Amino acid sequence: MKLTLNIWRQKGPNHPGRMVKYEMPNVDEHMSFLEMLDVLNEDLIHKGEEPVTFEHDCREGICGCCGFMINGLPHGPQRGTTVCQLHMRQFHDGEELWIEPFRAKAFPVLKDLMVDRGSFDRIIAAGGYVSVNTGCFVDGNAIPIEKQNAEMAMDAAACIGCGACVASCPNASASLFTAAKIAHLGLLPQGQAERDRRAVRMVAQMMEESFGYCTNTGECEALCPKGVKIENIARMNRDYLKAAITYREESAPAGGS
Amino acid sequence: MAINLDAKIPSGPIEQKWNKAKFEYKLVNPANKRKYSVIVVGTGLAGGAAAAALGELGYNVKAFCFQDSPRRAHSIAAQGGINAAKNYQNDGDSVYRLFYDTVKGGDFRAREANVYRLAEISVNIIDQCVAQGVPFAREYGGVLANRSFGGAQVSRTFYARGQTGQQLLLGCYQALERQIDEGRVQMYARHEMLDVVVIDGRARGIVTRNLVTGAIDVHLADAVALATGGYGNVFYLSTNAKGSNATAIWRAYKKGAAFANPCFTQIHPTCIPVSGEYQSKLTLMSESLRNDGRIWVPKKQGDTRAAAQIPEDERDYYLERMYPSFGNLSPRDIASRAAKRVCDEGRGVGPGGLGVYLDFSDAIGRLGKKTIEERYGNLFEIYERITGEDPYSVPMRIYPAVHYTMGGLWVDYNLESTIPGLFVLGEANFSDHGANRLGASALMQGLADGYFVAPYTIGNYLAGIKPGGVDESHPECKFAREEAENRVKTLLSIKGKKTVDEFHRALGKIMWDKCGMGRNAAGLDEALPLIQALREEFWQNVTVPGSGGEVNQSLEKATRLADFLELGELMVRDARIREESCGGHFREEYQTQDGEALRDDDKFCHGAVWEYQGSEQAPVRHVEPLSFEHVHLTQRSYK
Ligand SMILES: Cc1cc2nc3c(=O)[nH]c(=O)nc-3n(C[C@H](O)[C@H](O)[C@H](O)COP(=O)(O)OP(=O)(O)OC[C@H]3O[C@@H](n4cnc5c(N)ncnc54)[C@H](O)[C@@H]3O)c2cc1C
Ligand code: FES
Repeated sequence: MKLTLNIWRQKGPNHPGRMVKYEMPNVDEHMSFLEMLDVLNEDLIHKGEEPVTFEHDCREGICGCCGFMINGLPHGPQRGTTVCQLHMRQFHDGEELWIEPFRAKAFPVLKDLMVDRGSFDRIIAAGGYVSVNTGCFVDGNAIPIEKQNAEMAMDAAACIGCGACVASCPNASASLFTAAKIAHLGLLPQGQAERDRRAVRMVAQMMEESFGYCTNTGECEALCPKGVKIENIARMNRDYLKAAITYREESAPAGGS
Repeated sequence: MAINLDAKIPSGPIEQKWNKAKFEYKLVNPANKRKYSVIVVGTGLAGGAAAAALGELGYNVKAFCFQDSPRRAHSIAAQGGINAAKNYQNDGDSVYRLFYDTVKGGDFRAREANVYRLAEISVNIIDQCVAQGVPFAREYGGVLANRSFGGAQVSRTFYARGQTGQQLLLGCYQALERQIDEGRVQMYARHEMLDVVVIDGRARGIVTRNLVTGAIDVHLADAVALATGGYGNVFYLSTNAKGSNATAIWRAYKKGAAFANPCFTQIHPTCIPVSGEYQSKLTLMSESLRNDGRIWVPKKQGDTRAAAQIPEDERDYYLERMYPSFGNLSPRDIASRAAKRVCDEGRGVGPGGLGVYLDFSDAIGRLGKKTIEERYGNLFEIYERITGEDPYSVPMRIYPAVHYTMGGLWVDYNLESTIPGLFVLGEANFSDHGANRLGASALMQGLADGYFVAPYTIGNYLAGIKPGGVDESHPECKFAREEAENRVKTLLSIKGKKTVDEFHRALGKIMWDKCGMGRNAAGLDEALPLIQALREEFWQNVTVPGSGGEVNQSLEKATRLADFLELGELMVRDARIREESCGGHFREEYQTQDGEALRDDDKFCHGAVWEYQGSEQAPVRHVEPLSFEHVHLTQRSYK
């Protein structure tokens, strides 16, 4: 099939960007979207032009590296699919596509379709863990966990940190991402001891990273490639409200003085 | 310098060796730990776990990865599960049985003492991960669930749906982020290691390129740990993530770290077949599918009927027929070769006849679609997305693909390479898996190395040295940095006619055809000059657009390929000299009458350990003899 691509080209963080048109005369329906871009890039290199920069690694929909907008949708039109898993049979002959990076103040563009998502790591560093040192454990079966809770925790933990939720949100909020981790750990007995601290610190970090507020538009859930549910945000809000009233940060970090 | 291949295996009965070693290791006192610094390259299961655990202990850690976040390491893609000898199923498992299965599964080419330690530690890994909140699959009673994997007759594999690697890695990443928050680990994401810095015979640092700014810098420490994963991408098409590369271990090899068993490559039997020239990678369908899927091809050659049209008695369930006691759960090397054989006979299915069926209709009939969906739903979805076919109604088509590399840098019992102070963890070392790794054992090894072995052995090393003492003005630092800078400059200045991917595909084809699933002397003899010629052409005719001072993905690919082009040659040399078949290394000249791998224990019961001799001379092959006191050398049988 034949496609016309309009791709955002931007040389670096402080350069202006613009849409550039490319014709793709020969696209195979069995190709993945990224393989189609590989073909374009090989072509550009042969012509002495710079290839389009886009992030990817596993190409199996699990590492969360890939992600950009196709016709205004993060990861493109197929539900529950990352762009590396999206195949060209989802498009039809003669279509024109607009391909842009994820847009958010907290995700500055580094080059072409590549953005900086370091803010996500900092949100996790603020409290997205159970504080146990290596070796500090009991037998795995000593903590029975209701199957249903384990399943729900797993649903939330399936987040791949790609940033599609932020890109889909009119407010560029990172609520779904943050809530998914708070819910994953909050649903398990192991996560209870730090539940308040986690909610307070992760939410504070999220605000500090200049993500927007959540106004419940629900776009994030609709467009999350891993089907992470918006009910996690309600759970986060409950945890946060409760903790905001009762939780007090220690004056000195543990062990320090 | 003479190479020292003392494996430093502790004396005493095998069950007590690790405890004895831990007791004898020197300790750094808690107040002094922060004076020592350790560089950890790689944040997959092995590196992420090591960096977190070392940070928890109080060392100063600098961790590096080339992705934008430590959470994206290739370990994230592991699907099926992780083994542990918990015996929660009461089905006869034990540390000894896991040890036995692993030694036998590896076709007697691994060190017994290491494997025993791995089996012993396996039980702690599960406990550790549960404590971190890893959401493993559970039974209704709230206890942990298990499934079976190839090469074992017990159910010892723990899993989190089809995303076990993801969940284990997130556990490890979260522990790492906690240390970053506490200031004990400094994280350098989007940094690629281009060389090791060796000063006075000890590993003292690394050279990196910042993948955003292009800056090339030296980082120094008291010890360096490489946990940079496997080198399966030497074949271009593999199940590895696109960025997986050999640069870190290859550069270390060229600085004096010996490389062991480079030719031991694992070909995974169940991957989605290649669909076209543009193919960029291969997708694994987890081995766990073989719990319920049955593998078959038509009995007749060139049978082009649709699967449903082929009656039961005209199907050959060849694994069940050839290996009745393990059937569809035969080890990977055996299942892969059997698939190749039936396809070579002209009985393969799908385009080009390079495929076999993995059929769930019996299991769906027996257990219902819902159960199958619960067990494998996400894998079925992946399959459908890629092929456009619905595996609930049409059998999957699968074919073997390069998946894992058992070879890697040689390490002793302490995971230390032949360069003092350079430790190697996870898939990057020449592993405990011998000539073939059993399913669900790589995650186990990565976490064992990272959480439970390296923190002790690196501590022991640090306790014997003084911290610090070198800075970046040292001539070795300057030299290593300049060398890396020059390599980058050269690659950018060639401005030839072929792209990096074109060269990589060409290398992959040589490796797959001549050093892939089946190997023989004639093919290997042909491969050597082909690779050398390709390498020469690469350095004259590659084109790398852009500059060195910015994000440049073509340049990243080029520096990696330059190293693969050298490593491929070493793999071929190693495969040529090992005139026997064992595990994943199948030399067609050495097989039993019914086509099974035929080892030669008199000549090859050893690890082959290669020492670099400079670019002008062929490398030297040393051996580390292996002895088997517990699991007796026999021909592997899964019949
Ligand atoms: C599709 C797939 C499924 C699998 N499923 C299973 C399974 O079910 N069970 C099982 O046990 N095993 C499985 N495996 C194998 C297993 O996942 C790997 O062997 C294991 O995860 C390797 O872990 P690692 O920590 O050694 O390296 P990796 O996870 O590969 O991590 C390598 C790290 O090194 C970094 N790095 C690499 N090179 C450089 C460089 N030059 N400079 C800086 N950083 C660098 C990377 O950024 C990354 O952080 C699977 C493998 C694949 C491909
Ligand atoms: S490349 Fe890993 S999720 Fe798309």
